Amino acid sequence: MTLRLQINGAPREFASRLTVEGLVAELGVAGKRIAIERNGEIVPRSQYGAVQLADGDKLEVVVAVGGG
Amino acid sequence: MEDKLVIAGKAYGSRLIVGTGKYKDFDETRRAVEASGAEIVTVAIRRVNIGQNANEPSLLESLPPSRFTILPNTAGCYTAEDAVRTLRLARELLDGHALVKLEVLGDQETLFPNMPETLAAAKTLVAEGFQVMVYCSDDPIVAKQLEEIGCVAVMPLASLIGSGMGILNPWNLQIILDRAKVPVLVDAGIGTASDAAIAMELGCDGVLMNTAIAKARDPIRMARAMKLAVACGREAWLAGRMDKKIYKASASSPTEGLITPKGKVA
Repeated sequence: MTLRLQINGAPREFASRLTVEGLVAELGVAGKRIAIERNGEIVPRSQYGAVQLADGDKLEVVVAVGGG
Repeated sequence: MEDKLVIAGKAYGSRLIVGTGKYKDFDETRRAVEASGAEIVTVAIRRVNIGQNANEPSLLESLPPSRFTILPNTAGCYTAEDAVRTLRLARELLDGHALVKLEVLGDQETLFPNMPETLAAAKTLVAEGFQVMVYCSDDPIVAKQLEEIGCVAVMPLASLIGSGMGILNPWNLQIILDRAKVPVLVDAGIGTASDAAIAMELGCDGVLMNTAIAKARDPIRMARAMKLAVACGREAWLAGRMDKKIYKASASSPTEGLITPKGKVA
């Protein structure tokens, strides 16, 4: 089964089921100070392990950058 | 008594808030922030660059939230919805931190704020428990409306973001200051130290700037200049300036006891 996600506006495919925690590891951002929105709703960090991603999910993964 | 800037019940020793954009690298950012003496620093929220160097340093490693009050902004948002979503992400990213800078832009060229969208976003954010410091036009009516919604500080522009044009309408700022019950900070348009001092001499509670420091030839030195200018303008405001006497001179030295008595020409 292929998991098709839209991450930060770009399509991405994964070979297996994933939790948000799994996705964070796949993206190489584990341990970084990030925040995630899934289909318009915030996913609290404490729930990364529990939230199972579904085909077609739209995700935003953000960090803090320099700005005024 | 110590003169502190109090925002949402928290006291700060510095009245200068600095942005962290447009610097050469994080090291320069950190050195400029240190030199400015700022305790509150703004950051933007952006998509992670996926697939890029995972060991890339991050801004918040240079400016740890344990040391600085991080003020996430909504720069680049043109709708209330985008601004609210951005700050919900920011709150999650900063472990529930509620103090935020709201700005909803209306025009890509001038970066003037879109006040109807800003007001709508402010209402939502205040209802969700955010402490909103809000970038706004220098319109006293709108500033009052933002205060009534529950914003913890209003931040009218001095001139366009990043323009360095200085304080273009001190009269409007004065009306806002006379009426405000929450802190008023000038945000945007400061170009050099005298602009910051003038803002403080008008009675502003603080100044927020980014480009004036980051794009100075020597940003670290300008950061120090701004620290001094804000403190100096504040002192002058607290001291209470003399009255202006238009076209009326008043000698500082005694008018009696001159070696050539008054009115006589030698």
